[in-house]
Amino acid sequence: MVSPTPPESTGGVASPQGSPRSIHDVVIRLAGNSQDGIQSVGGFLARLAGRSDQDIMTYMTIPSTISGGPSIFQVRMGTGDILSAGDRADMLVAFYQHSYDAHLSSLRPGGVLIYDSDHVKPDPADNRFTAVGVPITTGTVEAVGGTAKDKGKNIYTLGLIARIFDLDVGKLTALIKERFGGKNEDIVRNAMLAFDAGYAWPQNNLRDLFYRFSAIDRPNLSTGRPQVTLDGNSAIAYGLIAAGVRHGAGYPITPWSSIMETLRAELPKYGGLFVQCEDEIAAVSTALGFSYTGRLAITGSSGPGLSLKMEALGWAVMAEMPLIVVNVQRGGPSTGMPTNVEQSDLMQAIYGSHGDAPRVVLAPKNVEDCFYIAIEAARIAREYSTPVLILTDMGLSSRIEAFDEPDLPNLLVSPEPDLSERPTDFKPYPLDRVTRHAPAGARLASGKYPTVTGLEHDEMGHPTGSPKLHQQMTAKRREKLKALAAALPAPELTGDSTGEVLIVTWGSNWGPAREALVRIRKAGVKAGHMHLRHVHPLPNGLEQTFGRFEKVVVAELNDEGVYGFGQFAMMLRARYAMPRIVSVTKTDGLTFKVSEIVAGVAGHIENPALHASVGAASHSALAVPAA
Amino acid sequence: MSSAASVLPAPAPSSVTPVPVAPLSKKSLTADHPTWCPGCGDFAVLASFYRVLEKLQYPHEKIVTFAGIGCSSRFPYFVNTHGGHFIHGRSLPFAAGISLGSDDLHVFVFGGDGDGFSIGGNHLVHTARKNVRLTYVIMDNSVYGLTKKQTSPTSPVGFKTKTDPTGAIDQPINPMRTLLNSGATFVARTHATQVNHMVEMMLRAAKHDGFSVVEILSECVEFYEGAFDAAVPRKGGKWATIEEKKNDGTPEDALRHDPRDEVAAFKLALQPWPGVFGVFYENNERKTKNALEAELSAKARERTKGAGDLALLQATFAKLR
Ligand SMILES: Cc1ncc(C[n+]2csc(CCOP(=O)(O)OP(=O)(O)O)c2C)c(N)n1
Ligand code: SF4
Ligand SMILES: [Mg+2]
Repeated sequence: MVSPTPPESTGGVASPQGSPRSIHDVVIRLAGNSQDGIQSVGGFLARLAGRSDQDIMTYMTIPSTISGGPSIFQVRMGTGDILSAGDRADMLVAFYQHSYDAHLSSLRPGGVLIYDSDHVKPDPADNRFTAVGVPITTGTVEAVGGTAKDKGKNIYTLGLIARIFDLDVGKLTALIKERFGGKNEDIVRNAMLAFDAGYAWPQNNLRDLFYRFSAIDRPNLSTGRPQVTLDGNSAIAYGLIAAGVRHGAGYPITPWSSIMETLRAELPKYGGLFVQCEDEIAAVSTALGFSYTGRLAITGSSGPGLSLKMEALGWAVMAEMPLIVVNVQRGGPSTGMPTNVEQSDLMQAIYGSHGDAPRVVLAPKNVEDCFYIAIEAARIAREYSTPVLILTDMGLSSRIEAFDEPDLPNLLVSPEPDLSERPTDFKPYPLDRVTRHAPAGARLASGKYPTVTGLEHDEMGHPTGSPKLHQQMTAKRREKLKALAAALPAPELTGDSTGEVLIVTWGSNWGPAREALVRIRKAGVKAGHMHLRHVHPLPNGLEQTFGRFEKVVVAELNDEGVYGFGQFAMMLRARYAMPRIVSVTKTDGLTFKVSEIVAGVAGHIENPALHASVGAASHSALAVPAA
Repeated sequence: MSSAASVLPAPAPSSVTPVPVAPLSKKSLTADHPTWCPGCGDFAVLASFYRVLEKLQYPHEKIVTFAGIGCSSRFPYFVNTHGGHFIHGRSLPFAAGISLGSDDLHVFVFGGDGDGFSIGGNHLVHTARKNVRLTYVIMDNSVYGLTKKQTSPTSPVGFKTKTDPTGAIDQPINPMRTLLNSGATFVARTHATQVNHMVEMMLRAAKHDGFSVVEILSECVEFYEGAFDAAVPRKGGKWATIEEKKNDGTPEDALRHDPRDEVAAFKLALQPWPGVFGVFYENNERKTKNALEAELSAKARERTKGAGDLALLQATFAKLR
């Protein structure tokens, strides 16, 4: 799903009045209350896009008040690869006055405002947008009738959108029937009534504002497998299942919980088990107990919960026990901004816990990568007998993307523990080899059974106070990570391989940075983008790439800290001692906008063309051409 | 997990010709030499545990001995079985992972009063409530031994420690009451000076299908000498055991304790120090978490008609199209 030229912005092509105009992609934001079912509209569009070879990326905020309260869903759909959620919306659907008030500023000039004329009074003097009042509430009530009240507004809106963007009604109808089919027939019927009413409205009331996505252009659609649409947390859960992980334990916390919910429901089907524990400490402990029996296990949490796991993580490093720890980052510290995105757990993931406790930290770049990184994490955990942390974030966790279905037959890993008898020379902690534990249940030919331990130990697992052994064992635990670093593939590098600036990202900033790169190079700057999925240990040889650029700008979602650098930038500066490594950070709880990265980079280099391009407002592709 | 097995070959069967297995003996069960102070009550617990394993004769590789942190928690180093030494207070959730992950293992957990009732108190409650199948032996010396004499959750009021130089002021935990209240399905109490009783209690705990706990009063000669003399006849104390119902219809049987009677068990737990010793409570009706989870899995597999791993995952992705 990597295309060499990511789309930079929507590019509409005007066409004669009446017939649909061709567009490349569109960003639609729906704003209402959380009980309005706005997320499900996004879900339908996502599934539709998945079935149509269009890409989709969604953006969602969950109100901290669990039910009721403002809720938005933003979807960007179009042809070809979509890398980020889109900075600003081309279309805003405002259900209420507060939705209008809060979100109008997210609309690009020339964009389309659709408001529920039953609830919203827009500013008549505002002529920056095309404003269309649609009686969404009364339209829904009239269409559905009976006691349903305005339930179904979301499906009515889906109908509207389907008509305006010429979406495949056959596929949408099938999706609606699949979604509601299990419930009673009235529900399917009501949904279809609402959909049809919404679909009919533009036909009878709009002369303009009809669009069609340009023909599909996916040169690298080569797998031949259909697209699937899912969120990042589901992708991690299914990736772990593919990786042969059958056991786990956790404690609820947003936004991690849905991983444990999925695994709790799924693993028993595979003969496995996920335990809900009394707290995060119990969860990591139980997971380690599973791993000890040869069944690589997963635990996970978000920020505060990860802190609770730190002591046991130290044990896992010392005892060299394989384990997967997923941390879905949110705004911190403490309860912080529990439903916002941040990348401020990096240092905790790499260095948290006491003592010298080297462990592996991986970060997925998008939803698809959540699946593959789970498989890689499991492989590394087993191969190097080590805990592996997966650092994902609030944005990825709930975002839905479409991608090619994984090649499951070739990816599936056996979950069977190796309980074969261990030979007489078996040692749990050999100094010259990577540890391979004899899980409980395996016979030892020597008749001498091993002890796994958090005390410093000799090669047989006996406690030792020997300074020499502590030094040797510490080195052993460090060297295996260095061996891993040497085996890692070179990181993804796009754009120029030498030049003025190299953007460096980790985690979910991959997409916006890729789009930012296109804009920056368009402004005439020689620039590249390096993305790191392996944040600890780092792959070897990065200094050579860094050395080919005048500035290395690390963009990440955390604070610049007391010393003026984000957490990853700090690490890179410490590792490579290159003053050219600088930082772009922010902590507003939202994912990077492409324009923010462009502006951040512009702040670090002298380039008038780039400076001029920053802040230049781009018009929406939906803009009605001047008459 | 048939389909997955067809993807990756199962580990090759061991090429070592199986040697006939000798019965477990004290010799084959002995590992490192204990590091305890001479005279420490924990030696007797260790000796009794060897006897328990000798009687049980489980397959050697299926026995797991785990512990938290403390003098008592050093136990696994001295027993030659699979096992380990986890972190302070968290051995129960770890052991729950062992037990739930592999139902054919016999899991024994050892630890002290601080490990179990203080830092691990919450885990004790929840492992009991879930009735995870394993045996937990608490070696209670009413003091923090390893860290050299601080107040423990079972230290009596007035006991002078480094953290309470003028005597402990906080009400101690009543272990039997705590365990009963948490829902442990086998609760027993014994004394490290009563080896036969100790063996019997551990043996019954091991055979219990559920979460079984034995509290052993085990003296720390270094930091709390004489703590449990009140139950040692040779020191002028009184050794009172619980007489269990025989259901023989005799009038004296009516006075005996029925371990299935939770309220009666509570009453025994409330007896004044040094109280009584024996099985306070035994509940063989409640299902273990192991069994309940296995039922869930069996039901889930029934619904999916025993589909293999690959078919299951493919079906999931087909729904995501
Ligand atoms: C997280 C943590 N906190 C504190 C300690 C220090 N510590 C080790 S053992 C112990 C108490 C031991 O008392 P107990 O569990 O009663 O065992 P005993 O030594 O008396 O057998 C403490 C506080 C530790 N190892 N880890
Ligand atoms: S300090 Fe106390 S508990 Fe620890 S070994 Fe010595 S006597 Fe036993
Ligand atoms: Mg103690």
